[in-house]
Amino acid sequence: MNIDKKIATRESYGKALVELGKENENVVVFDADLSTATKTNLFAKVFSNRFFDMGIAEQNMMGTAAGMSTCGKVPYVSTFAVFAAGRAYDQVRNSICYPNLNVKICATHAGVTVGEDGATHQMLEDLSLMRTLPNMTVMCTSDDIQTKWAVKEIAKLNGPVYLRLCRLTTPVIYDENTQFEIGKANQIGDGTAATIFATGVTVAEAIKAQEKLKENGINVRVVDMHTIKPIDEEMIVKCAEETDRLISVEDHNIIGGLGSAIAEVLTNKCPKKLERMGINDTFGKSGKAEELMKYYGIDCESIVGKFIQNN
Amino acid sequence: MKITETKELKKMANEIRKAIIKQVYTANSGHPGGSLSIADIMAVLYFNELNIDEKNPNWEYRDRFVLSKGHCVAALYSALALRGFFEIEELDKFRKIDGKLQGHPDMKKVPGVDMSTGSLGQGISAAVGMAIAGKLDNKGYRVYTILGDGEIEEGEVWEAAMSAAKYKLDNLCVIVDNNNLQIDGTIEEVMSSYPIDEKFRSFGFDVLTIDGHNFYEILFALKKAKEIKDKPTCIIAKTIKGKGIPFMENKVEWHGKAPNEHEYNEAMMFLGTD
Repeated sequence: MNIDKKIATRESYGKALVELGKENENVVVFDADLSTATKTNLFAKVFSNRFFDMGIAEQNMMGTAAGMSTCGKVPYVSTFAVFAAGRAYDQVRNSICYPNLNVKICATHAGVTVGEDGATHQMLEDLSLMRTLPNMTVMCTSDDIQTKWAVKEIAKLNGPVYLRLCRLTTPVIYDENTQFEIGKANQIGDGTAATIFATGVTVAEAIKAQEKLKENGINVRVVDMHTIKPIDEEMIVKCAEETDRLISVEDHNIIGGLGSAIAEVLTNKCPKKLERMGINDTFGKSGKAEELMKYYGIDCESIVGKFIQNN
Repeated sequence: MKITETKELKKMANEIRKAIIKQVYTANSGHPGGSLSIADIMAVLYFNELNIDEKNPNWEYRDRFVLSKGHCVAALYSALALRGFFEIEELDKFRKIDGKLQGHPDMKKVPGVDMSTGSLGQGISAAVGMAIAGKLDNKGYRVYTILGDGEIEEGEVWEAAMSAAKYKLDNLCVIVDNNNLQIDGTIEEVMSSYPIDEKFRSFGFDVLTIDGHNFYEILFALKKAKEIKDKPTCIIAKTIKGKGIPFMENKVEWHGKAPNEHEYNEAMMFLGTD
């Protein structure tokens, strides 16, 4: 992991979209007056005829994308996660998921790491809402390399996808040639003291914690759960069998997100205690992203604190 | 299978009405009132206006139709079955567990259904997307959508209307079934969407108001809509909920109720058996 090279996954998304636009002329991009923030403006500059700014009207944006997908287009739809998964939930459910349409919802500004804008803009329920929708694939990528891969890879799936992206700049974790697969988690390290399941912005925090713990003689593994649905059951069971403790950490409500998804697998296949770290069923608040991660207990230090008291 | 004579279109509309009543009666569930109010328009769309092929339901150059007021799907299934998209006997399984005809339109289960709808206000957005795609690919097809006058209380309708004007969708024809009744009462009592014409006009549409049961006016309005350039058209069809069955006409209780055996026989008598 390169701690000095930081890129926000929304930025990686914008860049990957331009590349995808060159490769696939059926790709069209929608935004709801947030293209400079979601980075779809990068696509708009190159492919103005395939970019649709639908204004501050997310519900119609989802429905329009759904209609366009029935005509062979591959719409990538972006806005902040709170509006994509929240405001337009019914459109995502009935106009996109029910007819299993080929719409890729790439939602930025998820989690408390939105920072200063505060609770109304910090989406903490989207993984929960999106993963309970039949037909939906749910992803949450952790770095630049993985995000660029995911943006292109989801175009190969014929069906709806929710890709959760973040505003905060985070370290580049992977090498250029790292292999990923939708539905297959990436294991980092093979420590057996614990497994730390993370997704999105918390993966880098978990890796930092892994390094600190190692200095203290505690060897843990990190599992990057970039696909929340379909979840990698095999990896969860393997880690439950191979490691002493299981911890999940996410920038999301502890209800319904990554931790819940893992707990569902454990309950069915390999009952074992899971310590869920996340936003403890509350709304967020204003502050700097890093301060908020510490405040809500989802940063590196909080993870280390699970192992070393008075850390 | 194009019908040009209004007399014949009227006969087809009567067949659609009979199929609507039979479906709702057999299912003992459904929405007869609003299905009957659009029966004449559906007859014109499916037997005169739409460029479609029942042998090739997914033909990429076909005209699209989105029933935004999805609960009136009995009218759509009737038109599709009569047009030959599927066997007429399938209508007997409307809303039943072993049938494909869901309670609201399902594009994945029923040939000829271009968009799944049911949650009000969403169909018009899908129609906008289809119309934009048609323009993008220069395919020349047209997109039609029918909305209820209660449905247009949904905010999404006006989001969609704005976008239809922005993208100059002259290949989009929005039809409002103005039967003046919604579940809880008249449009004025519940939440007035009037004046509908001025609203759509101010949102950038060319607006035509017609008698939705007069075949000459329906045909004329659809022809006129094709001549309008650089903006979408809205046809406001003044209709009667329950049209064709006197005891159902203008009665809000027939929005979502099935007739009993006596009422069914009486209704079929009004429509004539042959």
